[in-house]
Amino acid sequence: MSQSQSCLSSIPAGTASYETEHVHKVYEIIAPHFSATRFKPWPIVENFLKGFPAGSVGLDIGCGNGKYMAVNPNIFIFGSDRSQNLIGIASKQRHHEALVADALDLPHPCSRFDFAISIAVIHHFSSQERRVEAIKSILSTLKPITGNKSETGGKALIYVWALEQKSSRRGWDENSVQDVFVPWVMRKNFAAHQTEQTYQRYYHLYRQGELDKDVSDAGGIVCESGYEKDNWYAIVQTKVQG
Amino acid sequence: MKLLTANFISCPVRTCKTSPTSFPLHFKDCELACDPDGNPYSRETLLGVLPRLEWDALRTSAGELGFTELPVEKPEGEVVGEEVLRRIWELLVQTHVVTGKMVCGNCAYEFGIQSGIANFLLPGHLV
Repeated sequence: MSQSQSCLSSIPAGTASYETEHVHKVYEIIAPHFSATRFKPWPIVENFLKGFPAGSVGLDIGCGNGKYMAVNPNIFIFGSDRSQNLIGIASKQRHHEALVADALDLPHPCSRFDFAISIAVIHHFSSQERRVEAIKSILSTLKPITGNKSETGGKALIYVWALEQKSSRRGWDENSVQDVFVPWVMRKNFAAHQTEQTYQRYYHLYRQGELDKDVSDAGGIVCESGYEKDNWYAIVQTKVQG
Repeated sequence: MKLLTANFISCPVRTCKTSPTSFPLHFKDCELACDPDGNPYSRETLLGVLPRLEWDALRTSAGELGFTELPVEKPEGEVVGEEVLRRIWELLVQTHVVTGKMVCGNCAYEFGIQSGIANFLLPGHLV
């Protein structure tokens, strides 16, 4: 049984204002409670970040509370998120940096970064066009592959929530609706006025193969992709444009 | 915000991306603080990050904060003295802008820094 609701809204999906209402505002409110539940790094992300040599520089796009910043103290991560409240929490990782920014308008020069991660972020964009734009935005920051040698290029790791998660408590499968509101029940001790409150976040649940297609529509190259614990992931690179 | 970070920041306005004057952003009205405990010195990490820096931009940013002692040429290789490396580390990652602004040389938009956190969200007309 799916606990999610259909996405009834007075604002059209596929717009920035839809995401402001049904994603950004919600995270801003639930930030302290959300952060308290997000502390364990996922193994594939942890291994990815540990694989870069000392002095490597990279981005965590949609870094939330910055839980991945603690993984490797020999690299530098510039984390960004739309939520000022989550960035306030992430800024306590003093070795790294936390910035308030939008994934579609990143404040970074092109082609300078060894790596990027974007974990559980792209599924909050409310149209395929905007999801592809977000992936393009991430790819543009990476050092591009030169001379067909993949080791010359930066790598990005992207995670999105999967539609296929029959065994999870959400219980979705390949026949479920892909665009959903997912409830966040804010516990009493985190809520204003000490009463439990429920907030709805918009998600696009990714179907098998869909992330790889979005990456390729964004002009990226998928080096590795797979499924881990209710999520699809892809490790991607980009080539010199032109 | 660290001086290191400023070396990896440019104006988020799309029409500024192709303009060479959108990098680096220029510091204005900054208050600084030092945080040696948050970033203990690591020679290995510094030698790794040095080749990744845009040195001229770093000298510009450092100068705007009142630090003018960085050499014209980027120090590279194992021959660089330990004292020089430690001073670069202090400037790069232990010196923080606590409050201030970063200004784009192309569109002149000013991005604020408060409590050490820079905000690069754009107003609607610049998206």
